[in-house]
Amino acid sequence: MSGTTLPNGRDKKRVSNPYRFLLVVLSAYVLIWFQRPDMVLAALHGFGGMLLRIIPILIVVFIFLFVINSFGPERIKKLLGKESGWKGWLIAAGAGIFISGPPYLLYPMLGELRKQGVRDAFLGVILYNRNVKIPFVPVMVYYFGATYTLILSSYILLFAFLNGKILELLLARRR
Amino acid sequence: MLLGPFFVVGDILMTENTSPPVITPLRKTLTLFKTVLPILVGMLLLINLLNPLLESRYSQWFTGHYLHDTLIGAVAGSISFGIPITSYIVGGELLAKGVSLLAVTAFILAWTTVGVAMLPLEAAFLGKKFALIRNILNFFFAILLAALTIFTLGLFK
Repeated sequence: MSGTTLPNGRDKKRVSNPYRFLLVVLSAYVLIWFQRPDMVLAALHGFGGMLLRIIPILIVVFIFLFVINSFGPERIKKLLGKESGWKGWLIAAGAGIFISGPPYLLYPMLGELRKQGVRDAFLGVILYNRNVKIPFVPVMVYYFGATYTLILSSYILLFAFLNGKILELLLARRR
Repeated sequence: MLLGPFFVVGDILMTENTSPPVITPLRKTLTLFKTVLPILVGMLLLINLLNPLLESRYSQWFTGHYLHDTLIGAVAGSISFGIPITSYIVGGELLAKGVSLLAVTAFILAWTTVGVAMLPLEAAFLGKKFALIRNILNFFFAILLAALTIFTLGLFK
């Protein structure tokens, strides 16, 4: 359990023991079990189903992380670093739209990219553009109409850049 | 059980002194996974415990006040968790119950861009400052974009 590497490579105390968090959650389960065993059983059932669904995605994440680590920081920096220019913005915007998967699987990947020198602004853009998911567009159109979907999606795509830029500026100011 | 194979392979690789080109990235990836998996399992357990509590109460939170509801929508979306499609379905149901489109839009936007439940994980991998600033910024962006969307939509009617 001890000696785990820091995901962001900065604060040793914060993630020195990821098991502590797991232990806290498990303790909550034990405590709730005495009051509402039905709730705990339903949660465990949901957890099992979710875990089975994400195992294939976890394998993809593993491969992706391996590829990032094999690439080396120089190549990543060239694509999404400070000198990448407008191409970097476009890659980030596209990545946000096309990379699918829950955020809890995206964060380790993005954390690794950050360590390799990817700009904070681009990470912000990737995370913001997760809102625009092409396969889900028909569902949004069904509930809210085509005009609404078009307007909202356009605003998301447009404001993702502003969001990324502000995020980077605020982070730079606080450093 | 899930973590076992990663730890065994990881520990073997950690003790190896030789570092062919494939071993170093593999070792790094396994080390990262050793950190990811317990947090991931914890997050999934937490989400499954909290989500049923939230889902049954959404419609009770909204007051009918145009501006209050927008803020409530953004807060509700921020503390909720799930794939974007779920937010559309819940949003559609809220709309059918008379909640304003402005509040529903803020809800949908905050659902995917703000993640209170995911904060510990995001902070662990992207840094505490990054996670906090991004989530606060996205909360305000959810309200701003919701207002802009409804305003623009009004121009087309």
